[in-house]
Amino acid sequence: MSDQSLYAAREPIFPRRVSGRFRNLKWGIMLVTLGIYYLTPWIRWDRGPSLPDQAVLVDLASRRFYFFWIEIWPHEFYFVAGLLIMAGLGLFLFTSALGRVWCGYACPQTVWTDLFILVERWIEGDRNARIRLHRADWSLRKWRLRISKWLVWLLIAVATGGAWVFYFTDAPQLMRDLLSLSAHPVAYITIAILTATTFVFGGFMREQICIYACPWPRIQAAMMDSDTITVAYRDWRGEPRGKGNVRKRDRAAAERAEREAQAAGPGQVRYSPTPYPNPRLQGAGTAKQAAERQDHGDCIDCMACVNVCPMGIDIREGQQMECITCALCIDACDDVMDRIGKPRGLIDYLALSDETAERGGAAPVPVWKHVLRPRTILYTALWSLIGFGLVYALFIRSDIELTVSPVRNPTFVVQSDGAIRNIYDVRLRNKTGEARQFHLSLTSDYILRISLEGTDDLSVSVPADTTVLQRVYVTARADDPAATAQRSDLRIWVEDLGSGDRAGRATTFNGREP
Amino acid sequence: MSDTKIDKETGVETTGHNWDGIEELNNPLPRWWLWTLYATIIWGVGYTIAYPAWPMLSGASAGLLGFSTRAQVAEDIATHDARNEALVADLVSADLAALAPADDLHRYAVARGASVFRAQCSQCHGSGAAGAKGYPNLLDDAWLWGGDVESIAYTINHGIRNETDPDARWSEMPAFAEILEDGEIDAVVEYVVSLSSQEYDAQLAEAGSAVFADNCAACHGDSAEGNRDLGAPALSDAIWLYGGDRETLKTTVRYARFGVMPAWGQRLSDADVNAVSVYVHSLGGGE
Repeated sequence: MSDQSLYAAREPIFPRRVSGRFRNLKWGIMLVTLGIYYLTPWIRWDRGPSLPDQAVLVDLASRRFYFFWIEIWPHEFYFVAGLLIMAGLGLFLFTSALGRVWCGYACPQTVWTDLFILVERWIEGDRNARIRLHRADWSLRKWRLRISKWLVWLLIAVATGGAWVFYFTDAPQLMRDLLSLSAHPVAYITIAILTATTFVFGGFMREQICIYACPWPRIQAAMMDSDTITVAYRDWRGEPRGKGNVRKRDRAAAERAEREAQAAGPGQVRYSPTPYPNPRLQGAGTAKQAAERQDHGDCIDCMACVNVCPMGIDIREGQQMECITCALCIDACDDVMDRIGKPRGLIDYLALSDETAERGGAAPVPVWKHVLRPRTILYTALWSLIGFGLVYALFIRSDIELTVSPVRNPTFVVQSDGAIRNIYDVRLRNKTGEARQFHLSLTSDYILRISLEGTDDLSVSVPADTTVLQRVYVTARADDPAATAQRSDLRIWVEDLGSGDRAGRATTFNGREP
Repeated sequence: MSDTKIDKETGVETTGHNWDGIEELNNPLPRWWLWTLYATIIWGVGYTIAYPAWPMLSGASAGLLGFSTRAQVAEDIATHDARNEALVADLVSADLAALAPADDLHRYAVARGASVFRAQCSQCHGSGAAGAKGYPNLLDDAWLWGGDVESIAYTINHGIRNETDPDARWSEMPAFAEILEDGEIDAVVEYVVSLSSQEYDAQLAEAGSAVFADNCAACHGDSAEGNRDLGAPALSDAIWLYGGDRETLKTTVRYARFGVMPAWGQRLSDADVNAVSVYVHSLGGGE
C-alpha cells in the first residue's frame, strides 16, 4: 500500500469574484428563478369560498393541484406525468445542444451555492481574504465573520425551506400559524429538513453534491456529442503558455499596433490576433514578429480561469466530469485577454468538432449549425408533440365526468320475476365551483331499465368540486335477450341538467348464461 | 504491496484490476462520506435504543420512547370512536325506516354496516352478499321474513331457528318422506316445477296440485305465493334457496331444510346491528 490516506478531505475552493456577460446572465437567472420560487405561493387567485385564494396550490389532502386557471384532479395525473416527460426531454434537448447549461445556470444546487458564495464574499472578502481567513488561527475576528456568515446562510436556508411549505396550503394563513407556533408539526419538520439540506448543500458541500451525489454528470456524457456546444480551452492558440517578460513584450507590441492603427485611421484593423495558427489568417507583420508569436501562445498562465471556478478545476486540462459549463472561466479569461490586448475567446463556448477544424486552420462552424441537427430537432419535435397533446387535452376535458365500474361480486342478481340485474358503481365528478344536478340514463340495443340506489328518480346532486359515488342498477327482463346473453354492451350517460353537458362511459351487462 | 502500479496520466495508484486494458484508479474516498457512514451508524444504534427493535424472549425491546404501532392504532381507533360518539348514539335510537339516504347518519350506518358485514356475515352470505346454496342472497328482492329495514333488523337481532334466543324467527317444514308416498312427492314436485315457468309433465302436475292443496298450501299459500309471517318461501318465483331442479326439490320435500342463523343481538352492539341492517337494506333488495 502507498502511504496515502484511505479518505481524502475536501479541497477548499475559494472562487474569485468575476464580472462579464456570463456572470451577468447568471445573476439574471438567479434573480428570476429565486424570485419565482419564493414569490409564487403568494400570488392570489379567486377560488371561491371553500378554498384558499392561491394561484399555485398543491392540495395533498383532497388530491387536487391548482395552477392559475388550471385544476388537476387525481385521475388527470397524466398532465403531471406529461410535464415530467417534457422536463426530461427538455433536459436532453438542452444537454445535446448546449451541454450542461442546466447545471451551470438553472440547477437549484448551482443557484443556491452561487448565492451562498455571494454572501461569503460580502462578509469575508474576496478569494485572497478568504484564503487568509481560512488559514488564520481561530480569533475573535474569525469567529465573528464565520458566525455572521453562517447566520445569513441560515436565514436564506429557512426562507428556502419555508417557501416550499407555502405551496401546499394557504400561504398567509400558514405564515400566521408558523409565527404563532400553532402550525402543523409537518410544516415545521419540512422546513427543518429543507433548511438543513440547503444550509449544508449550499454552504459546505457545494461542488461535492455535483461530483458525488448527482447522477447527471454521468448521464450527460451520453447526451453529448461532438456538435454539443461546451466550454473549452483553445489550447492550440494558448499553448505553450507565456510568462513574465514575454507578457511585457506582448503588451508593448499591442500598444505599438494600436498606435499604428490610430495612425492609419478608422476602418483599419486595430490588432491582428492569432486565433488560428493558419498563416493566411494571421495578421501581417515582419518575419521576426511572426516568429515571436510562434514562441508562445496567448495563455499567460495567470490562473484567472482556475481561481474563479466554483468547481475548482482547470479547464485547460480539457473536458472534465466536474465542469458544469457555468462559463465563469470565459468571463475571467476574456477580461485578461482584453487587458493584454489579445482577442477574446481563448476559453470559449465551442463544439468539439470545431476544435478539430480550428486546429486544421478552418474557421468554426456557425453556432446555429451545431444546434440545429437531427437529434435536437427530434427532441424538440417530441417535446412539442407532448406539449401540444397536453394543451389539447386541457381544452377538450369536460367539467363533468364519470367513471363506471361494474360490480363483479356477484356479476348478476336474479330477481324473483326472473329478471337479471347488474350493479355498477358510478363515480360522478363535478369540477365546477357550484353544485350541479346530474341526470343518469343509458343507451343499449336491448330493453334495459336503469335505477339508482337510494333515490326514486334518476338524478343525483353533486356538490361543488366534489365526487359522488352512486350505485346504479341496470335490469333486463327475464325474456330480454340481454338476460341470457353472456355479455352485452351498454353506455351509461350523465347529463348536467343546468348546462346540458353530457358525458358517457361504455360498459357491459352480464346475463345469465343460457 | 510490492506490485503497486501507478497510472501514468493521473499519477494515481491503481487497484491492479484490468479490464481490456483499462485499470481502476485507487482514489481515496471523500472524508465526508466517512463522516456520513459514522453518522448513520450512530443514528442506527440510537434508533434501536429509542424504538422497539431487539428481539427478546417475549416480544421486542420496548424502546426508550415507549412507541408502539399497536398503541398508535389503539389511539387512532379511540380518536375515531370519540369523534363518532354522537353518531353512534343517534344510530342506536334512530328510527331506521325514516333514515334518508342523503343523511350523514345513513351514510355512517352504511359504512359501519359494511365493515360489520365483512367481518360477521360474509362467511355465509358472501362478501358481495350474493349468498350461497342454503344462505339467502341479500341482493335480490325475495325475502323470507320481510325485507323492510325493521324486519331485517329483527332477523339480525334474534336470528333464525337458533335455540339461544326465544324470540328467534322460527319455522319448520315437516319431513314429508314419512307423510307422503314417493309417487305423491314426485307429483307435488312436478306441480312446483310447473309454477316457475319450467317445462313440466302436465298430467303429473295436475295430480301434484291436489297433493299441494292438501299438504303445502297451509304454509306456502294456495298459489304458492309464500307467507312471510311463517317464513314460508314463495315457490312460484325464480328464486330458490337450495335449488329449483327436481332432485333438489324432492330432497327438500322428503327431509325438509333447517337453516340456522345466529342471534346477532347477543354478540353485536345495538349500533352494529342497526348499522348492518341499514347496510343490508341498502344492498338493492330492501323494501
